[in-house]
Amino acid sequence: MARTLLDKVWEAHTVRTLPSGQTQLLIGLHLIHEVTTPQAFQMLKEMKLKVRMPERTFGTLDHIIPTADQTRPYADPEAEEMAQHMYRNMKDFNLQLFDMSTGKQGIVHVIGPELGLTQPGMTIACGDSHTSTHGAVGAIAFGIGTTQVRDVLATQCLAMAKPKLRQVRVEGTLARGVYAKDVILWIINQLGVKGGVGYAYEYAGPVIDRMTMDERLTVCNMSIEGGARCGYVNPDQTTIDYLRGKPYAPSGAAFDRAVTYWKGVASESGASFDDVARLDGARIEPVVTWGINPEMSVGVTQRIPSPEAQPEAERPTFREALAHMGFSAGQPIKGARIDVAFVGSCTNGRLSDLRIAAEIAKKGKVAKHVRALIVPGSQQVAKAAEAEGLDQIFLNAGFQWRKAGCSMCLGMNDDKLQGREMSASSSNRNFIGRQGSPTGRTLLMSPAMVAAAAITGEVADVREILR
Amino acid sequence: MTSQRQQITGRGIPVTGNDIDTDRIIPARFLKAVVFDGLGEHAFEDARKQNPEHPFNSPAYRGASVLVVGQNFGCGSSREHAPQALMRWGIRAIVGGSFGEIFAGNCVILGIPCLRASQEDIEWLQREIGRAPQSSITVDVEKQEVRLGNRVIKASIPDGPRNQLVNGTWDSTSVLLEAGAAIEATAGRLPYVKGF
Repeated sequence: MARTLLDKVWEAHTVRTLPSGQTQLLIGLHLIHEVTTPQAFQMLKEMKLKVRMPERTFGTLDHIIPTADQTRPYADPEAEEMAQHMYRNMKDFNLQLFDMSTGKQGIVHVIGPELGLTQPGMTIACGDSHTSTHGAVGAIAFGIGTTQVRDVLATQCLAMAKPKLRQVRVEGTLARGVYAKDVILWIINQLGVKGGVGYAYEYAGPVIDRMTMDERLTVCNMSIEGGARCGYVNPDQTTIDYLRGKPYAPSGAAFDRAVTYWKGVASESGASFDDVARLDGARIEPVVTWGINPEMSVGVTQRIPSPEAQPEAERPTFREALAHMGFSAGQPIKGARIDVAFVGSCTNGRLSDLRIAAEIAKKGKVAKHVRALIVPGSQQVAKAAEAEGLDQIFLNAGFQWRKAGCSMCLGMNDDKLQGREMSASSSNRNFIGRQGSPTGRTLLMSPAMVAAAAITGEVADVREILR
Repeated sequence: MTSQRQQITGRGIPVTGNDIDTDRIIPARFLKAVVFDGLGEHAFEDARKQNPEHPFNSPAYRGASVLVVGQNFGCGSSREHAPQALMRWGIRAIVGGSFGEIFAGNCVILGIPCLRASQEDIEWLQREIGRAPQSSITVDVEKQEVRLGNRVIKASIPDGPRNQLVNGTWDSTSVLLEAGAAIEATAGRLPYVKGF
């Protein structure tokens, strides 16, 4: 019987079936960061256990680090303490840390693929829900909690049940001004934030096939926002070309052997899925969220829907969303005034995202009332962008050019919304309070749309600027 | 430290609404501590400040241990701080329409069962708890039911977590360690571990 990538990777990593009926699944790559690990290392120390496979464990600093002044000790004593714990734990357990001095530091989901640590056919875990990102290269990658981080450190394994598999096919061709971010926001709009519960998503179809690796990373990144446990794209020539020459990817003859293995893990034609969802890529327009979860979105030319048009059980959440955002049902999303613009995050903090945003930034200046931040996803992204002069384009247009980190995606450093500020953001969550202010408001959109909003001072249709 | 969790009995607390994410349960600023201690008092902190009527503010629900929630509770961020905050507030079991999967996994590893029930039964439970907060609720993991007064509600939990909780193997490190050399043997068969 034809098998899927999920079938093959699951089988290859199965250590045994546990008495509970779950699988003891080997984790081939464990990525860690400063925020969700201190308690895990503490538990490990109390249990007098070592890290089982230190050579398969890599760390970085991303969530709490400042993106303006990175002089140690950090101005925020809590951030400094978290960093110190990370340094101490990585040293105590002899693990490799990509800190600022390495030139390889960055958001964990940006550096994994960029360094070639993330490879097809792997199982990957990280104490962060956006670990689904790594599925873009054909890996099965899970976000986990801190006690599970302890399990992976101690045993290199997780106790898990195999999810069901839904193929999400995006057919047709995307229109100009429509990007990978719009595709995943539209998938979530159509399938819902709970639609993926119990499933892994396999993204497929002509639109996904034609995407660059950066674009696939954006799509897989937000699988978790659709409720899916993980998401992946089958490895193909794009994947192989992407991995060639990466520092932690195999090289020489080993690369050729790896390619054979990578091609072999892809889902076979005729493989069956528990469910298949089809979307028409040609119908997608630039998408903007208007509410408090990533499903609450509309095309930029559309109006905010009415709670009365929703199933009864969803109406209270819709009303809460309208109240929090200060929007009315029937209001066009285009023209909504913004205060902050943020380009960055593990969703859209890669070089190609910055290039697109810079292309728009060239066409104007940041509106007077808008605070606009560009935060590269990694030191390598920052370096490459600076080599192309993107930093100067942004600075000339009135954007701030920052250092790599998670920044305003979740507001754990100084980069936060203030009060009820409205943010146009290339990040992944518009949850209440997400960007650091309990009353702050977030509109998710593509980096191009964020740049367009920054220079017009309101939600704009980037297609009109590109024209 | 692991013990069996066949059933949990206690008073209930209802939190209505769907898609309540883990940022809402515990805002990110509380993730900056290197220990989980003290998180209990910050559960739903911002939601409570903005809404004085929030159930976690109400003296009527103080001491409750069974949380009853809507659909997709605990979606979003993988932060274990969310179930840690609820546990340290006093929650021992959660009954809901559905759960974010990372959240549910984090709950199991702390010994907190998350059981699913129908929308109709959830709404009834939430109304009933609101009407009589002192009522005792039993969450029966083994039988997969929730009992309140004379009513028995069908509830479900996937087999894996159910077996872990009922058999007392939910704290998984020791169970995973039992595989011993089979772990290295599995790794050794993977081309990428061998270096191709």
